[in-house]
Amino acid sequence: MSGVVTFLTRRRGGRGWHWTDVVSWLWLFGGLVIMFGPAVWLVGSSFKTPAQLAVFPPTILPYVSQQAAVEGYDKPLTLYRVKLPDGSTKVLAEARRVGIVAQMVDPQAPNDIVKINIANRQPVREIGFATENYTEPFVHFDFLRYLRNSVFVTVMATLITLLTNSMAAFALSKYKFRGRDLTMLLIVGTLMVPLSVILVPLYSVVGAVGLLDSLWGVILPTVATPTGVFLLRQYMLTIPDELLDAARMDNASEWQIYWRIVLPLAAPALAVLAIFSVVWRWNDFLWPLVVLSRKELYTLQVGLNTYAGQLNVQWHYILAMTVVTMIPVVLVFVFLQRYITSGIAGTGLK
Amino acid sequence: MSGAATLKEWTGAALAAPVAWLASIVNVPLKAWQRATGTGGMAAFFLAPNMAIFGIFVLVPLVINFFYSATSGTAYFLQDRSYVGLEQYRRLLDCGSYLDTATCREDLFWKAVHNTGLFVVVQVALMTVVSMITALILNREIAGRSFWRAVFFFPVLLSPVVTGLIWRWILQRQGLLNLIVHDLGGEPYNWLTDRFSAFTAAVSVSVWAHMGFYTLILLAGLQAIPRDLYEAAEMDGTRPARVFWRITLPLLMPNLLVVIVLALIRAVQIFDEVYVLTGGGPGTSTLYVTQYIYEIGFASLLRNPGLASAASILMGLVLVVLTLLQLQVGRRGERKGQRE
Repeated sequence: MSGVVTFLTRRRGGRGWHWTDVVSWLWLFGGLVIMFGPAVWLVGSSFKTPAQLAVFPPTILPYVSQQAAVEGYDKPLTLYRVKLPDGSTKVLAEARRVGIVAQMVDPQAPNDIVKINIANRQPVREIGFATENYTEPFVHFDFLRYLRNSVFVTVMATLITLLTNSMAAFALSKYKFRGRDLTMLLIVGTLMVPLSVILVPLYSVVGAVGLLDSLWGVILPTVATPTGVFLLRQYMLTIPDELLDAARMDNASEWQIYWRIVLPLAAPALAVLAIFSVVWRWNDFLWPLVVLSRKELYTLQVGLNTYAGQLNVQWHYILAMTVVTMIPVVLVFVFLQRYITSGIAGTGLK
Repeated sequence: MSGAATLKEWTGAALAAPVAWLASIVNVPLKAWQRATGTGGMAAFFLAPNMAIFGIFVLVPLVINFFYSATSGTAYFLQDRSYVGLEQYRRLLDCGSYLDTATCREDLFWKAVHNTGLFVVVQVALMTVVSMITALILNREIAGRSFWRAVFFFPVLLSPVVTGLIWRWILQRQGLLNLIVHDLGGEPYNWLTDRFSAFTAAVSVSVWAHMGFYTLILLAGLQAIPRDLYEAAEMDGTRPARVFWRITLPLLMPNLLVVIVLALIRAVQIFDEVYVLTGGGPGTSTLYVTQYIYEIGFASLLRNPGLASAASILMGLVLVVLTLLQLQVGRRGERKGQRE
């Protein structure tokens, strides 16, 4: 143990601890708690029953109250550990409750009713996971549909983004033609046009081409990402032109050059763009919110917002569905995070 | 070779085969097109899909936005709307005093503008300071730097809806924050129903969600500062505070300016996570300009797309100014880089 402590507190160059080291580690561990804590709390809460969620102060772990089937009662009764007037404790089931007095029965002898002040009893609890929070929204609500819509939008938008952006990037990096620089300037210039600035006219354009209230209306306006064209073009510029000329000598068509040579060579940049695109499209909120008004077309993000905006929020379902919505992004974080961070550090794009 | 690997290869080939087949089918007409038009025609072909989508869904809306803002009515199609000239702008800008929203004809718009202004100032300042401290700490000789960098980056990937809901759950009456308050002996409080604490929550949550991104940019800048400068300073026995003010800060300045301007541009458009967190409330205390545009344009009963469009153009102007500032800052950084 002392070896571990020595190892952890050892400083490079054998220097001692400076106050800035203490501050640094406090900041880092504080950051760890603040950055992950909320998500962990969300996951923990998502396994609690509605009754558990209403309890204050909330417990860290999810518990369920134990119940028992008692002869003579239709529904299972909740078990309590009761302090009897003679000082002994006993596990009894609650048959009815009137005000602060509960009528309790012994599960073994269901005919004798004991009246107990509710201050003298504690529910019998055990750690348990309310997995129905996860299954019921899929069965009774539209969440399965929302999930399908989100997956469809994300996959389709990403595939189209990769294809159209890489084609444009190929033309802009490997051909010389009049207006090339102007085209590039136009694309980079609109990097700065955020959705909120063109929200109303974009809605009318999408309506004019007949895509309102369709998933393609969500997908198409997002796929011509300037970021993607820019990223891919920068990468393709590093592919030597001699390679293309050699292929032309061998009678390859331009399409074959793009498809068989440039695309495979640009795979690392395509992978980065694919990761970005999946995260962007999965997380999109404002545009789907505007363009989709039929409930069965909602994506997960819009559906979640709608259910969370109701007067009587069913938090146990909302929390579970928030966790489901978070899963793909957490997977990206765990396995692909370094591609994104290196992409941002390299280009300053998000 | 194991069975799993062959199965994987087999699936890969089965998935790739139709795509490759499709690509070879496409090749036939394209070859003819290439013979007819030369490489110039091919460039047009490769650009066409992207530029068509781009033109229809970015350029056209950008242009017709101006026409939109000069019309009135509740219809969304331009031909169904009536021309009113600059009336929408006049309505937006009609104020007795710009400092007092009650004197404005569109008091909600000015409420949103004031809220956004305050939000931008506080959020960008907090964001810059927090990201800067984090980047400086991550740049030290700490064990597991890439792990710690990832820790602060995690919320950046979360969707705004998830971010908003996570924090709504924590800040609600029976939430985690009140558990902590309760354990410290305080009274539970409704954090999202009080003007001041709702504003604080909006600022903090948006900093929480995005600081990792700015930390990365600053960290990249810090790591680009030559090590020998620090070694020389250490040899001279320079105090750490002086090293920071004389070496780190001046050399980091280009990155720092980029971070500030980017954060400004984003903060002006703040919408999703705050909308999910507070819905603009309590009252209108966290109503920001993008939410105003969305509600006047689409959600409100008193829908007025022309007014929303005029408001979005005004916001666009602010963003253009900030973008020009960013380009200026970027160019200065470049020139500085060339000199060194």
